[in-house]
Amino acid sequence: MSIRYEVRLSGEGGQGLVLAGKILAEAAAIYDNLNATQSQSYGPEARGGASRSEVIISDDDIDYPKAVNIDLLLALTQESFDRYQNDVKEGGIIIVDEQSVTRISEGKFLLYKIPIIKLAREKLGHALVANIIALGIIAGISKIVSENALKQAIGARVPKGTEELNYNAFQIGLEESEKLVAVKTAE
Amino acid sequence: MFDYDYYLRKSKMPLIWCPGCGDGIILKSLIRAIHKNGFTKDNVVMVSGIGCSSRLTGYVDFNTLHTTHGRAITFATGIKLAKPHLNVIVITGDGDATSIGGNHYIHAARRNIDLTVILFNNQIYGMTGGQVSPTTPSGKKATTAPYGSSENIFNISGLAIAAGAPFVARTTVANPVQVERYINLALQKKGFSVVEVMTPCPTTFGRRNKAGAGVDMLKWQKEHSVTIKSAEKMSPLELDESIVTGIFVDIEKPECRTEYQKVIDQFKS
Amino acid sequence: MNKNSNNVKILSGNEACAQAALAVGVRFFAGYPITPSSEIAEVLAGELPKNNGVFIQMEDELASIGAIIGASLTGVKAMTATSGPGFSLMQENIGYAIMAEIPCVIVNVMRGGPSTGLPTLPSQGDIMQARWGTHGDHQIIALAPFSVREVFDMTIRAFNLSEKYRTPVILLLDEIIGHVNEKVIFPADNEFEIINRPNPESKDNYLPYQETASDIPPMANFGSCYRYHVTGLAHDETGFPTNNAEKINQLLQRLERKIVKHTDDIVEVEEYLLNDAEIGIIAYGSAARSARHAVKLARNAGIKTGMLRLKTIWPFAEKQIRDFSDKVKLWIVPELNMGQIAHEVEWAVRGKVPVYKYNKVNGEPINPEEILNCIKDKINV
Repeated sequence: MSIRYEVRLSGEGGQGLVLAGKILAEAAAIYDNLNATQSQSYGPEARGGASRSEVIISDDDIDYPKAVNIDLLLALTQESFDRYQNDVKEGGIIIVDEQSVTRISEGKFLLYKIPIIKLAREKLGHALVANIIALGIIAGISKIVSENALKQAIGARVPKGTEELNYNAFQIGLEESEKLVAVKTAE
Repeated sequence: MFDYDYYLRKSKMPLIWCPGCGDGIILKSLIRAIHKNGFTKDNVVMVSGIGCSSRLTGYVDFNTLHTTHGRAITFATGIKLAKPHLNVIVITGDGDATSIGGNHYIHAARRNIDLTVILFNNQIYGMTGGQVSPTTPSGKKATTAPYGSSENIFNISGLAIAAGAPFVARTTVANPVQVERYINLALQKKGFSVVEVMTPCPTTFGRRNKAGAGVDMLKWQKEHSVTIKSAEKMSPLELDESIVTGIFVDIEKPECRTEYQKVIDQFKS
Repeated sequence: MNKNSNNVKILSGNEACAQAALAVGVRFFAGYPITPSSEIAEVLAGELPKNNGVFIQMEDELASIGAIIGASLTGVKAMTATSGPGFSLMQENIGYAIMAEIPCVIVNVMRGGPSTGLPTLPSQGDIMQARWGTHGDHQIIALAPFSVREVFDMTIRAFNLSEKYRTPVILLLDEIIGHVNEKVIFPADNEFEIINRPNPESKDNYLPYQETASDIPPMANFGSCYRYHVTGLAHDETGFPTNNAEKINQLLQRLERKIVKHTDDIVEVEEYLLNDAEIGIIAYGSAARSARHAVKLARNAGIKTGMLRLKTIWPFAEKQIRDFSDKVKLWIVPELNMGQIAHEVEWAVRGKVPVYKYNKVNGEPINPEEILNCIKDKINV
């Protein structure tokens, strides 16, 4: 039986979610030798407004390239959480930015609250790398792509000279996810 | 005696142009100018749109392309960009170039691509039977302006000047020597060059506007042609009744295909 | 598969189209920006000058198609890319390229219409415009890829068909296929065929529109020492306008014949699990991806379902559809329009089995579950 893993990264324009989606897809497809598609909602505005990027990962052909039954949702804004939480399948994962998403409604999903943007700002001095921290968290929690593949994909995509910053961001995300997993296991 | 036949497709004659039409004078002047420039027939591409003037391409022994209405300059742009060594000449009219094709005309001038545009201005849609054009003078009659045109006209040369063309001249078929000389200079110019030639249409303009036969219209052209210099001293009212002839612009400026070649050359190692 | 090979990429359909254009030898692109096609122009603006080619952003789509026809006439492979509104503006000169037999490729990344419609959302609404958008009787070739890899392959094929048959070819992407980023392994340069237009053998008595056995006259490049006349007017074998009824008929019949006679060479379909299928789906482009997914869902639910995927839209796969109509019990035709191809399917099936449309025009893709529900619905009819 083939796997089909659906990820939706959501928030607002300028948070680098389209790039994060591409990196995730490249990690899976190029470095982990799986199949992947990535698509994004495409608004008229280049910056601001709601942004959505979807990645489908599979070990088989991917026919329908849009998410229908989401395994993992990242929500960096309250609006995106409200809009997409119902698209997550039963037992699926929702990762939210702790500061941005404060009103959580009930659902049959596993919720992880992490201050992603705050971590980016305080630990690395750049809110911009929140997307890469998020990738670290996704890798740690979902295990859908390998850490090594993601690291290679990040290195190939980010602007020259920012590799260290982004690797650090990725590492912070991984560490956060380990804490979370530990917390959950202990519960 | 100049050998026109070398450049003509005589088997395609007689010409479709009416008796008294000025287009034949432009055809002969154009051939003399091409000859003077020493272009080989194989390296001349002549592109036309739709209308009386645009039928010229059928009669000359070059690479000839008779395109769609208003689009001659776009086809010519593709040819020049793809094969910059070819001498690309556009044959068009007032309606073709400045009504349906007006956008291409100004953009080619802005872009400054090395095309020579010979613009036959007969102030009417001749081929389709005499409809009003963007250069039909206010008050003059056409089949679609039976009470006289209520509109203002385009200054065709002025359009090209405003859009940045490096060579712009206007003349009349009443002065064939000048037609040849201006076309000759236009062909030499590296850049977008326009020669606007006033040419009478006795059949659809002259008759309806009581301008007489072809010869009468030629006489009118001759009597009402004024130089740029003398035009400077004339009132707008006087200018309305005149044809200002001369070279309005003759400058050097960067040509787009030449500039693009520099981009290509950057990547040649 | 070679892991981490340079040939493995995550690329969008639009990017793949541009890469394929370079691979097949396109050295001229003229276009006007329009969503969702602009990435094709953007990639080629960067790549063409590196390959001794020319990119130009024209003032509008009327100019873009004029420029590519002009460039192609000189022997350079040329293309443009647009979306619905721009495709509308190009129609007159698509007819010119058909009439004057000048090869070129027009990519239309379809978005919702009519009018400005839905600039960023998918549609398959230009199927009939591709067929009959330009005036007058004519044949047209149109292809519709359903994956990024197929965009690459079909861009090459579009040029090959265009050159081979001296006719414009329309490549119909849609917003989903144009924008989805997908894993793709490109073929090496020696792994695909490149066909170039037939050139004349001798300058003596060259007839640019000669009647030949293949119905495709050899084409001399402008500026290559053949001096001839090209016009959109009805013309005889010499290329000059004619009003001779016999000559006009000869030209128009040959233009028709040169495509119709080669329908088998041009039409490509893909059969997917059709052999034992009771429910047949006919789909193309992004809707075919929804349909393929739905076929799997239906099979999992024990319903014998298969798909006939149209890779060539025009000429229409009439023969293939009629043949399979002897095997399936019914056809379902999901499309992102009001049923433009479904109508053609009905005509091809000629009442042998029922044909059901499934249409969506709200800017959303078709969810495979919707097709599955449609299948379940129709089974019980």
